[in-house]
Amino acid sequence: MGDMSEGGTTKKFLYLNRKASYGTVYALESLEVVLIAAAFEQDVSLAFIDDGVYQIIKGQDTKGIGMKNFSPTFNALGDYDINKLYVEKESLDERGLTEDDLMPLVYEDEDDDWAEKPSIKIVNRAEMADLMQDQDVILSF
Amino acid sequence: MSSITVDGKEYGVDEEGYLADLSTWVPGIADVMAAQDDLTLTDEHWDIINFLREYYEEYQIAPAIRVLTKAIGKKLGKEKGNSKYLYELFPYGPAKQACRYAGLPKPTGCV
Repeated sequence: MGDMSEGGTTKKFLYLNRKASYGTVYALESLEVVLIAAAFEQDVSLAFIDDGVYQIIKGQDTKGIGMKNFSPTFNALGDYDINKLYVEKESLDERGLTEDDLMPLVYEDEDDDWAEKPSIKIVNRAEMADLMQDQDVILSF
Repeated sequence: MSSITVDGKEYGVDEEGYLADLSTWVPGIADVMAAQDDLTLTDEHWDIINFLREYYEEYQIAPAIRVLTKAIGKKLGKEKGNSKYLYELFPYGPAKQACRYAGLPKPTGCV
């Protein structure tokens, strides 16, 4: 259970992203739910595993499939106080990817003179399991 | 679909008055929409409208009101970065009304 704060209880929410951006609607739906739910000021984390790691790859170009490239929206997450993005190392490895292939997502730390800090943290499978264990609510997309 | 006429040209809008195709936006659209709300746009209104367009260009979303006030405060000064100031400019709700004038979709999470 989380801490009591003004207006109710703060819970730990984890949004689990497992699918690539454009083959299904899951990735965009997840991002929209995250942005909407940010208004409730809960303790929010995002996790990217399996093909979900493709969602935050840099240099996305959707012209060929005639869909809107929504990857720039991940850069807005910091403005919404969402700055805990966990990426599973094994999922990157299995796809021949490294942290350098991901967008350099950052947030500004209000408590540290608005210093820019990285939002992405690479964790291994065991750490990801611990992270999930630690949540009140997990929403899988 | 409804439409509004600006300088003799018709622009489609959805049932809530938001521009159907944001790539067709011209500043005159904001003036006409504002006139329909009995509002005359000042430089202060345009600061917000232009900010929203830049934000959308960069992030592909219209910001939530909380994000908008924080960002405006940072960009235009603390005295403007609060909802009171923004509601005085856009009495129907800064995010919704200003986004509509800016040709953007309704902000995600706004109902």
